[in-house]
Amino acid sequence: MLEIRDLHASIDGVNILKGVNLRINAGETHAVMGPNGSGKSTLAFVLAGKPGYAVTSGQVTYDGVDLLGLAPEERARAGVFLSFQHPVEVPGVRLDQFLRAGFNALQKSRGAAELDPLKFDRLLRQRVKTVNVDPAMTKRAVNEGFSGGEKKRNEMLQMAVLEPKLAILDEPDSGLDVDALRTVAQGINGLRTTENALLLVTHYQRILNHVVPDFVHVLVNGRIVKSGGKELALEIESEGYDKYEQPRGEALPSPA
Amino acid sequence: MTSIATAGVTPFAADLDSLERDGFSQDPQWIRALRKDAMSRFNSLGFPTARRGNEEWKYTDVRPIAQAPLRLARAGEAPEPTASDIAPFLLGDGSWPRLVFIDGFFNRGLSTPLGGQEDASVLSLAGALHSRSATARESLGRLAPYASHGFTALNTAFAHEGAFVHIPDGLTLEKPAHLIFLTASREGHTVSQPRVLVVAGAGSKAAVIETYGSLTGAPYLCNAVSEVAAGPGASVEYYRIQRHSEEAYHVGTTQAALGRDARLDSFTLDLGGALVRNNLNALIDAPDGSCALNGVYLATRSQRVDNQVTIDHAKERGTSRELYKGVLSGRAKAAFHGSIIVRKDAQKVDARQEDKNLLLSDRAEANVKPAFWIYADDVKCGHGAASGRIDEGSLFYLQSRGLGEEEARNLLVQGFVNEVIDKVKRPSVRSHVAELVKARLKEL
Amino acid sequence: MTTTNTELNSIAAQEYRYGFVTDIEADVAPKGLNEDTIRWISAKKNEPQFMLDWRLKAFRHWETLVEADSTPTWANVSYPPIDYQDIIYYSAPKAKEKLESLDEVDPELLRTYEKLGIPLDEQKRLAGVAVDAIFDSVSIATTFREELSKHGIIFCSFSEALQERPDLIRKHLGSVVPYSDNFYAALNAAVFSDGSFCYIPKGVRCPLELTTYFRINTAETGQFERTLIIAEEGSYVSYLEGCSAPMRDENQLHAAVVELIAHDNAEIKYSTIQNWYPGDRDGRGGIYNFVTKRGKCQGKNSKISWTQVETGSAITWKYPSVILQGDDSIGEFYSVALTKGRQQADTGTKMIHVGRNTRSRIISKGISGGRGNNTYRGLVRVMPKADNARNFTQCDSLLIGDQCGAHTTPYVEVRNNTAHLEHEAYTSRVDEDMLFYCNQRGLSTEDAQSLIINGFCKEVFRKLPFEFAVEATRLLDLNLEGTVG
Repeated sequence: MLEIRDLHASIDGVNILKGVNLRINAGETHAVMGPNGSGKSTLAFVLAGKPGYAVTSGQVTYDGVDLLGLAPEERARAGVFLSFQHPVEVPGVRLDQFLRAGFNALQKSRGAAELDPLKFDRLLRQRVKTVNVDPAMTKRAVNEGFSGGEKKRNEMLQMAVLEPKLAILDEPDSGLDVDALRTVAQGINGLRTTENALLLVTHYQRILNHVVPDFVHVLVNGRIVKSGGKELALEIESEGYDKYEQPRGEALPSPA
Repeated sequence: MTSIATAGVTPFAADLDSLERDGFSQDPQWIRALRKDAMSRFNSLGFPTARRGNEEWKYTDVRPIAQAPLRLARAGEAPEPTASDIAPFLLGDGSWPRLVFIDGFFNRGLSTPLGGQEDASVLSLAGALHSRSATARESLGRLAPYASHGFTALNTAFAHEGAFVHIPDGLTLEKPAHLIFLTASREGHTVSQPRVLVVAGAGSKAAVIETYGSLTGAPYLCNAVSEVAAGPGASVEYYRIQRHSEEAYHVGTTQAALGRDARLDSFTLDLGGALVRNNLNALIDAPDGSCALNGVYLATRSQRVDNQVTIDHAKERGTSRELYKGVLSGRAKAAFHGSIIVRKDAQKVDARQEDKNLLLSDRAEANVKPAFWIYADDVKCGHGAASGRIDEGSLFYLQSRGLGEEEARNLLVQGFVNEVIDKVKRPSVRSHVAELVKARLKEL
Repeated sequence: MTTTNTELNSIAAQEYRYGFVTDIEADVAPKGLNEDTIRWISAKKNEPQFMLDWRLKAFRHWETLVEADSTPTWANVSYPPIDYQDIIYYSAPKAKEKLESLDEVDPELLRTYEKLGIPLDEQKRLAGVAVDAIFDSVSIATTFREELSKHGIIFCSFSEALQERPDLIRKHLGSVVPYSDNFYAALNAAVFSDGSFCYIPKGVRCPLELTTYFRINTAETGQFERTLIIAEEGSYVSYLEGCSAPMRDENQLHAAVVELIAHDNAEIKYSTIQNWYPGDRDGRGGIYNFVTKRGKCQGKNSKISWTQVETGSAITWKYPSVILQGDDSIGEFYSVALTKGRQQADTGTKMIHVGRNTRSRIISKGISGGRGNNTYRGLVRVMPKADNARNFTQCDSLLIGDQCGAHTTPYVEVRNNTAHLEHEAYTSRVDEDMLFYCNQRGLSTEDAQSLIINGFCKEVFRKLPFEFAVEATRLLDLNLEGTVG
């Protein structure tokens, strides 16, 4: 579904990604773990097409098309969803209206029927149940005055409504307490199918207890330095990233 | 009453003529030409007394100044002050470069100038006009526009006495330069016109403190103009401590220009004066310049204090922060007029401005006019203003912890101004300011 | 990032949609202004003597202002001097003497209103809207008069009110905005030709939204209407005005005056959707909208609320204000002002706190695109006796493109230490992160921008009667269209 080949990217002239290779198939869940500043969020933003990030070399193919050639909204319409680490507040814009606009944009691009407010409301109420959020949230302005946990749950709700093929979750667990973490994780698990794929970006292992990955990759200094199964996450939990970060600056062996 | 403006040629013009024949006659030609031009501007401008359509002076009526029988101060008209006279105005230790001016005239005996040609220098301007003519010429009268400002024109017309601070490229002025301007004449209605020129070269660092004060109870006008040129990467701290008597008129203009990556930290304290008007203008005319302009004003009885602060972001990525706070009692009236201009090329500017007033009496008045003039689209600009009295809830809270009402009130007022005082960068100046504020608050 | 910029920069491409001219025979005054013009207008309208006297006093005062060259110059707008002798001060559609029902209205005129999207028919009854329509200078039809009169409400044209209730007019006219208030108020007082009049008796809650539509049609015409609303003790009224004008190369002057008076416990809600012709994108033509609007909260616990959506006019110069005289009275100002093309707007409010425990709230949202210049100018003044006055002001600006300007000049004057005032202002462009977040959910940049701008204005739109909120949203979208090709 997604193939990243030797991806280099920079922001404001500073190289962040220095040759990332990754292949994700339908039905798989991949976790990318790494210390602060390793380039995890950059990878997520580059895949979603955030302005300001310059891809200096490498390719990304998604369902056979050049993902990097698409505008951010085209990627979204093609089924790429990014759950933001810091969801943006959109003052005055009600969540249900916002989601209907996004949903209908997706429908339209696929040649499917757009939903009127009543029909969409029905769909939304159902999704609200799926991810177990407070229905009142949909009548509030997008993320405005939301607590950290509410913002994260809102991202899950949006994912449930937009039903992406490839969901990139950037630290969906940051700032959550144990209960909220469980709810968000349940939300994510409920949305996993054999048709879609998940790319989970995280610093800590704890969410991987709830959302169990098929593959774990360690991203350090802009490169994936090790890949493995879910047990790799546990290893990092006990040993930290230190051994991957040393010696600094020296090239590490590429993953097999 | 005829105002000077309508008279066409002011009495000051004759004063200048006689000075040019006498005390000013040895000055370089360029400064004589500058003074002449400024005098002719003042003759046509006069003082800005108009009450209609005069937005800039909307909250400051300078007719009392225009109508006062003002005359230029004469050298030595007051008895020679002693070291103990000036002691209350000093700060720092004896090693600081210091220039003292009495009624506008440089007092060599009380001063400790600094400087050789290659080093940082803190000198009397009158001397520097000769010894540093080229440097002075580059900036003097160039930064502070006098073509449309009567008070600046008048000061420029007599630009001679004052202070000259120069830090060559890459150097640091180790100790702050302290400039003390005192009025001592007992005859009254004198005009003194301090002029300050600060030239901070590329990558240099400097701190300049201006103190204004009175050794007399007679009324007078202090009409000061300071120009601060901060070169690329320079960092300048600029402090103004105004402690005139409550009989004095003070009009002060400070014009700063910042080069690329330059930094200006300014703090202004206003304690005295019958009628005080400060214009502080920072022009950020190169990319990445930044400034923090803060101030505290305390006024009581019938004092009038007006602060105009303009930040002109002319180039991209500038940052500016402003915080002014006032505490007013009696029938005091204060005005704050802060303008932020963001010009077309000044993308990615981040500017924030705030003014807060605490009104301790029911007859005090605060007028605030925080304005934006924005012509670039990728900017972040915010301003806030608030006026009110001491919060009853906070007062009750403190009282419930056992403090007497008076004590609680003082604590809250002190807390209100501390937010600004805490921003004073240099510890020695901060503690000096804190003491002055504490003492003055007791009189409010 | 650059793509987004280009997209945003192409704003202001949308053309004006209400720019048709209706071909109707008009009864017009000779061009120019002198005492005879005023006598002509007054005679034409069969006015009582006191009215003519007042007009003449106003005119003489205005002449002194012209002589002293006292046109207001402090606003942040620029335009060539206006030749006041080159304006037609009265233009009425030639029609039957008196119109009894809509059937008698010139069908051409009714079609005009249909084009404007204002069907003056039964649909409005269902919608619960009573309409007074001012065409050029004269009131054309007032619907629902009978139903309203059952409640003792008078809602009619100013001319009719002058015939039927001269006592009320005489008592209140100029009591809030005296003819000597400013240059344009003086001009209006001298030459105003019609307007709306509304009187809500004691204790009555007006069951309908009252609406006036204004349209300038005749070339070289100035429109000078005058609106007077009086809400007696304990009454309530919600009033809405809409405006449009044809596209013409020359500028037209609109100098209206609105006076509101709220007695004890009364509430007046006054909403405006102003969409006068803004001129073309090079700044040719368009309406000069120089308007004086002021309300007086005369009674205790009274409330006056101004809501405005200003998208039209070449120049807008307008400061709907409230004098908070009665103790515990409330003044509000909610505004959205959009400038694009070469439009200039200098608008805001004045809240004058006179009585005790008076409260005011100001929410202003300015949007500048194209080469537009948008200035918020507001005054909050707390007088010495206004104990415990409260004000909250928030004025935000949004910038689209780098050719426009957004300016904020609030004046805050506090002469009472028990007052509590807060002022917040923020200026920025449409946030890049917000746009990307919307893009990531599948929205195009244009849709995202429209959504964000509507969200930005939400607090103001919420104050509009529901159906007009929809209209305002649509108007804003229309004006913002053309961002992405």
